Amino acid sequence: MKLSAKNKTGLVFFPAFDWAISPTHPEREERLLYTQDQVFEEGLLDIEGIEEFRPELVTVEDVQRVHFCVPDVHKVMTESHFISAGCAKTIGKAVLDKKVARGFSLARPPGHHAMRVVHGARGFCNVNIEAIMIEYLRREYNIRKVAVVDTDCHHGDGTQDIYWHDPDTLFISVHQDGRTLYPGSGFPYELGGPNAVATTINIPLPPFTSDEGFLFTIKNVVMPILDDFKPEIIINSAGQDNHFSDPITQMNFSAQGYAALTSILKPDIAVLEGGYSIEGALPYVNLGIILAMAGIDYSRVKEPCYDPDKYRQTPDITMNIEKTGETILSYWQNRDKISERIRDKKDFDERKRSIYYDTDNIREQQKETVKICPDCAGALKIDSTSDRGTHLLAVHIPLRACEKCRDLGYIWYHSAEQNIYDMVFLQDRTEDKYLKQTG
Amino acid sequence: MIIGLDVGGTHTDVVLLGKNGIERAVKVPTDESDLFNTVLTGIEKITANIDSSTIKRLVLSTTLITNTVVQNKLPEVGMIVSSGPGIDPEYYRTNRFYYSVSGSIDHRGREIEPIDRNEIEKIAWDLKKEGIRYVGVVGKFSVRNPSHEQNIARILGNFFDKIFTGHRISGNLNFPRRIATTHINAAVYPIHKSFFDAVKKSLEKKGLNVPIDILKADGGTMSLDSSSDFPGHAIFSGPAASAMGAMPFAPDNEDCIVLDIGGTTTDIALLINHVPVLNPVGISLGGFKTLIRSLETHSIAVGGDSAITLDNHNKLKIGPQRMGPAMVYGGSVPTITDALVVLGKVKDCSRDKSYSGIESLALKTGDSTMETASNIFDQACNMILSEIRDMIFRINSKPVYTIHEFMEGYKLSPKKILLIGGPAPYFARRIEDLSEFRIGVVPRWNVANAIGAAIARTTCEVTLFADTEQGFTVSVEEGFKEKVATDFSMIDAVKMASALLMEKAVKRGADASDLEMEVIESLQLNMVKGFCTTGRNIRVRVQVKPGLIYGYDSIADMLTE
Ligand SMILES: [Zn+2]
Ligand SMILES: [Zn+2]
Repeated sequence: MKLSAKNKTGLVFFPAFDWAISPTHPEREERLLYTQDQVFEEGLLDIEGIEEFRPELVTVEDVQRVHFCVPDVHKVMTESHFISAGCAKTIGKAVLDKKVARGFSLARPPGHHAMRVVHGARGFCNVNIEAIMIEYLRREYNIRKVAVVDTDCHHGDGTQDIYWHDPDTLFISVHQDGRTLYPGSGFPYELGGPNAVATTINIPLPPFTSDEGFLFTIKNVVMPILDDFKPEIIINSAGQDNHFSDPITQMNFSAQGYAALTSILKPDIAVLEGGYSIEGALPYVNLGIILAMAGIDYSRVKEPCYDPDKYRQTPDITMNIEKTGETILSYWQNRDKISERIRDKKDFDERKRSIYYDTDNIREQQKETVKICPDCAGALKIDSTSDRGTHLLAVHIPLRACEKCRDLGYIWYHSAEQNIYDMVFLQDRTEDKYLKQTG
Repeated sequence: MIIGLDVGGTHTDVVLLGKNGIERAVKVPTDESDLFNTVLTGIEKITANIDSSTIKRLVLSTTLITNTVVQNKLPEVGMIVSSGPGIDPEYYRTNRFYYSVSGSIDHRGREIEPIDRNEIEKIAWDLKKEGIRYVGVVGKFSVRNPSHEQNIARILGNFFDKIFTGHRISGNLNFPRRIATTHINAAVYPIHKSFFDAVKKSLEKKGLNVPIDILKADGGTMSLDSSSDFPGHAIFSGPAASAMGAMPFAPDNEDCIVLDIGGTTTDIALLINHVPVLNPVGISLGGFKTLIRSLETHSIAVGGDSAITLDNHNKLKIGPQRMGPAMVYGGSVPTITDALVVLGKVKDCSRDKSYSGIESLALKTGDSTMETASNIFDQACNMILSEIRDMIFRINSKPVYTIHEFMEGYKLSPKKILLIGGPAPYFARRIEDLSEFRIGVVPRWNVANAIGAAIARTTCEVTLFADTEQGFTVSVEEGFKEKVATDFSMIDAVKMASALLMEKAVKRGADASDLEMEVIESLQLNMVKGFCTTGRNIRVRVQVKPGLIYGYDSIADMLTE
């Protein structure tokens, strides 16, 4: 028997042994130590068809393509964020350059709670590493339709926010029910903005869901939607905090479950998100995911002391999950009708939100206005105030904006009243141009 | 005086070094089928009419182990492997008598599942019945907790002549390589032992009672006695010998490439301010990936004897085979050496045979004979240069795991190449013309590898691991484990590792007053449970730097004068 990867698989590994949010924070130096030990001891990097890449840094422009950073990119990012986002970018390039068939970025810190406007860190995240990668790939490789399947236990509210209005990005988040866990969102009725109805899909699962419920949802809900959408690439935000041993969540997923999920989903690119059971889960879950991505037998990967019977879900949970699945599939199948109803001959749509940055204790108030447009994702402006006193206007012109929406974006940007705003940003994706005026 | 002997693919070089430089140097042809005779002839010639009491040390670099491994002539041994969960250990099967047994240790060295005594005893009886005398025992994460390997070895102890345990090879994590390396050690042991016993006996008969040291792949030596536990470490010492031979001539505070151009291969090694670059995990050779500490070297199949052929499009193809000697020396296929003869670089020989060989190629390439010879030569130089650039790129793009290393990591940028080996002086000028490098030819280039072997110092490394939450520190290769208090720190760990290193180096033949030790890896992380720091996880690795023995570090001056 010779061990070799069926799918050539790239890895970027960056445990950042010298970076932590604070010494005892879950997002600390030690987090990937035991995963690294397991990866090294199993000899994964010697397997034919598994290749490790050295990460590169992302540039300020890579970040500006996605985020409005307040007051600027360097104030919200440390070196570790430039590297962590760079890891995802490196893997994305390796896949699209066809150096490898698939890739997995195991880096910290994570990113899926970071929204389009960034005043500070939320849910341990400062910038959205998947979105930075995706928008880089869109620019350099001219890809259009992308699917992000977020299997972290927490709702990927940051990625949702960034792609809320984008009909070319299908964002599916499978997570522990928002009524029982941070950030408290991600309900089935959150379906995306008026120009992108049902390209945001939320699948909340009840606490104590086990492998069975997860895999049911992936097979029967996520996969049919992906098959309909036909993305050019599939990205998995591979959080590992659904594990039965995770200290900050209440789910009962196992390493075998994660590996099976990966082999069903077949993501082109996986990006590590959360996962804080650093000894009991991460070494085994990551091993399972890497083997599954590479198409290598993972049947013997098992956490010490794992007893599937102890973590089996109750019939109630199974029923709940099946019902949620039906609801979501019916939304998906009726997406055109729902879209029509939401757009309802209006010119603009507005939403007002209050966003809390738990990691940095910042409160932000947002008013978002989007042009309802039949031809593109629609010009977007965000009026944002933080309790640190910054008031800003952020204007986004989407990548494939129609001429009208592009003009509207520039009008918004140039006519912003200097005496009201501390700063005004423009993201012109059509020209890859990023402007800022300060008041 | 010291004798250095280096067995090469075609020649075996022997030097006798005194305080004033080279007293004598000889070359004997290598007979791969009778290395014992080759080595003995070499020693006989170099010691002829020399007072044997003046010889203090004999260092041997042979191809014995390399050949045995690469040609897959390994004799049968028993392998017992305990893996626990993970990749199926059947994928790492090394030989026929390979048993996967129960027992499991986790990444922090905690026992997850015990071993089964009955299972081991049953295997022992089976192996005994088969006439097996040597057994390797390997456990996953045994470098964090060797107790399973030790217990299995204890159970086997009464049945077999020698047991090899995986945790003693290296502190590095890599279970598949630990299996492969333990297997190599167990399998080459009888070959290694009978060879060196015979050498020792023959020398004693001649009244040569000197300590024998063996050159390792990492450019250091080990004593013959200590080599019996790690015979595999003697693998691929040839490139190490050349790197050590070039070392005294390397520029100060600069990176430098060492190029050993031989008959069939060219070996590339790298020096940073005189110190050779080591491979971070272990040597890979043939299909074998091991944990054997070695220099970062790269071998390419280009040498003076590389056959020149034409591909389907009548394009020149260099190597990779050697099809006998160069035509100038009676061979039947043109070689790089023949091109050098045609170009007038190799003189003092008849040009006719080489000329007709190259001419036969020229008829098909459509160029003149001179042009063809010069194309061959340039193509060979360019092949070597492109491998050098690839190797530097590979080393520089090696992943790193901390922000500090990422931002400030050392990047190799050598500006100089040191050449050694038979054809070295012919290549020097052209490689310089074709590249951005300065070229230097090492004095006594034709025996520099034997000099390197002679003056290499004893090297070894020690890995220490401390877990203050569990309250212990351990260096499993050294069989060392101690309780530690919660305030055990990195400074304590380095002190402890250095003491162990000193002890180990002396045991392996080093001079205690001539140890240049350094920390090559150190990592300290807090372990947290809930929101409290519960301990520290400390990893330290220290080594005796590969280098030259005291008193011979100024050999450069003696040789250049
Ligand atoms: Zn999470
Ligand atoms: Zn539009």
